Amino acid sequence: MDNISVLIVDDSSVMRKIVERSLRQAGIEIGQVYEAGNGLEALALLNERKVNLVLCDINMPGMDGLEFVKQLPALENAKGVPVVMITTEGSEGHVVQALSAGARGYIRKPFTADQVKEHIVPVLAGN
Amino acid sequence: MSTSKTDPEAANRSEYWAPLLELSAQEVFGLMLGDKLETTSEPVAVESLDVTAMVGLAGSLCGLLSLRCSSSCAALMATKMLGPDIASAKGQMEDAIGEVCNMVAGNFKNKLSGMSDGCKLSVPTVITGSNYNLCTLANDYSMEINVLFHGNPVVMSLQLN
Repeated sequence: MDNISVLIVDDSSVMRKIVERSLRQAGIEIGQVYEAGNGLEALALLNERKVNLVLCDINMPGMDGLEFVKQLPALENAKGVPVVMITTEGSEGHVVQALSAGARGYIRKPFTADQVKEHIVPVLAGN
Repeated sequence: MSTSKTDPEAANRSEYWAPLLELSAQEVFGLMLGDKLETTSEPVAVESLDVTAMVGLAGSLCGLLSLRCSSSCAALMATKMLGPDIASAKGQMEDAIGEVCNMVAGNFKNKLSGMSDGCKLSVPTVITGSNYNLCTLANDYSMEINVLFHGNPVVMSLQLN
């Protein structure tokens, strides 16, 4: 998939930039990049825009990443859009919670561009 | 590395947890900043450390992880994470060191068998300035690790109930 549009959801603007850079370093061809600081902002943005991929932190003020993933299917624009969590919460319990809520992948911080590629490419391929 | 308690549980924590905390920090700095930390046994002049990032822990592990360094060291961390152009923007230094502290805390708790699921992390808080006293109710156990980042001292403290 070429020039995919991506929404990066993280309360840290530094981390949003690092995630974007890691996607590019991983060789994933990204076009438009949208950013949101928490789940509420992300839902509002997705109400108006359609994206191909969402990368989302868990611990955020306002609405956390798990609640965001649970609410996502209610949005028409977000139907079928894969969500991959990128978070410091690395326990098996959090992974199970996220995948049960609808996330398609899970990347633990700290991460490398190779790990991003390993997790994102299969998700974009529909696997 | 220094600890505040000498009972068996604290000794156990010191023996196993201090290397885990240092490993957690090494992984974060290695993967996200592209640099290794050097260990040091030299005492640190804490008055020169005017940026403090803190992440709270609640649940099975309850307390506070803090990371202190100078503002020039924090700016260098931001530059390593973002590149010089973006890192110089307002607020990026605080955001960067807060996120470093957050990743060290998360990476550390993920290495503690059986504790990660029941422990929640707060969003980071960053204080600038050095003339303050930090008082936390999580004062049953504390551990401190001194490392160097490009020759600049970085002090990581874990205080627990």
